[in-house]
Amino acid sequence: MNDQTGVSRRDVLKLAGGAVLGAAVSGVSLADDWQFKLPELPYAEDALEPYIDARTMGIHHGAHHAGYTNKLNAAIEGTDLAGKSIEDILGNLDAAPEDIRRAVRNNGGGFANHSLFWQIMSPDGGGEPEGDLAAAISRDFGGFADFKAMFSAAAGSVFGSGWAWLVADGGALSVSKTPNQDTPLMEGGTPILGIDVWEHAYYLHYQNRRADYIDAFFNVINWQRVGELYVASR
Amino acid sequence: MAFELPSLPYAEDALEPHIDARTMGIHHGKHHAAYTSNLNAAIEGTSLDGMSIEAILADLSAVPENIRTAVRNNGGGYANHNLFWQIMGPNGGGEPSGALADAINSAFGSFGEFQSAFSAAAATRFGSGWAWLVTDGGAVSVTSTPNQDTPVMDGGNPILGIDVWEHAYYLNYQNRRPDYIAAFFNVINWDKVAELYAAAG
Repeated sequence: MNDQTGVSRRDVLKLAGGAVLGAAVSGVSLADDWQFKLPELPYAEDALEPYIDARTMGIHHGAHHAGYTNKLNAAIEGTDLAGKSIEDILGNLDAAPEDIRRAVRNNGGGFANHSLFWQIMSPDGGGEPEGDLAAAISRDFGGFADFKAMFSAAAGSVFGSGWAWLVADGGALSVSKTPNQDTPLMEGGTPILGIDVWEHAYYLHYQNRRADYIDAFFNVINWQRVGELYVASR
Repeated sequence: MAFELPSLPYAEDALEPHIDARTMGIHHGKHHAAYTSNLNAAIEGTSLDGMSIEAILADLSAVPENIRTAVRNNGGGYANHNLFWQIMGPNGGGEPSGALADAINSAFGSFGEFQSAFSAAAATRFGSGWAWLVTDGGAVSVTSTPNQDTPVMDGGNPILGIDVWEHAYYLNYQNRRPDYIAAFFNVINWDKVAELYAAAG
């Protein structure tokens, strides 16, 4: 650790990789490097039209996701959690100081969930998975249609705000749901697909018709990305 | 005896510009209507059929287990929205007077302090839920509940409530929940809230 320049352990790891060597040599402060960054949308805000409208995407990413990110950073600043991965933090919430645990749970969950959500959608999405993931879905649900019915039922039956998930655990798949911004990461599972059923995810376009939004979501699922996450989870 | 969706006590556009007509129409005609019909479907043919909604919600442990979640969620949604339409009005806003004003001053110090406490409870309810002004033996306090839970479930007596499900404000306010909460104070029907306070004793 180099206290004089405020270089954190993460910075040192990055230095070892040479990624920020120039900045360190020139004496630029890296004191903010522990902060979580709002990821950019991997496509244009209107790319998922007509299934998810551009205005919803813009507010969802630029206001909601940004808000979770900022509040998470504010909660963990100056604590032992600063510099840890979000998966480490959420996988061990009991280790979060009690006075910030709720803020970390809600905003850390919101940060992680939305970071996944943008990835597993695409303007070239829809259809069905292939390869290992398709085989696992057939094995664990009986077939894609059975999976789709179970996932849709989970998403449709979240009362209030929350998410429905496809979760991988040692290669085995299951469908689950969580309230608010809780995530399967908090129970040791690896979410590889999730649908946000907070009303902010669909209300501008679908209002009370959540079932229509869930149907539409299947037209934008990026199964290639979900398949990669499945392989990586094993 | 099925529960019936009450009519709105004013036009859908009566609370403009604070709460828009489209939100009111969907909120009442879709969300409240669905809670009502789902509640009726859950209790049909059970011992709950014919009981008051207050009696049902105040003793959820007596509800058959296989319908308890449905009764909690939809019965709560039915009761909460019944109250919500009543405690708003196109001639609302301002401050309470009389015994209710005295109780608020006694509990919070001033109306301004009450407004701050109520607004904070509404703003910090994470996810979906409600913030409440409840009365217990004449003393008032602020609380909040998740989803469609109500203070009635804990023996409390709500006399004012704000719905902070996103469906209550998203069409007009999107992520700006604090703006909706501030606007809500312009439509509170304090005469009705005072009636409920007096009736609670």
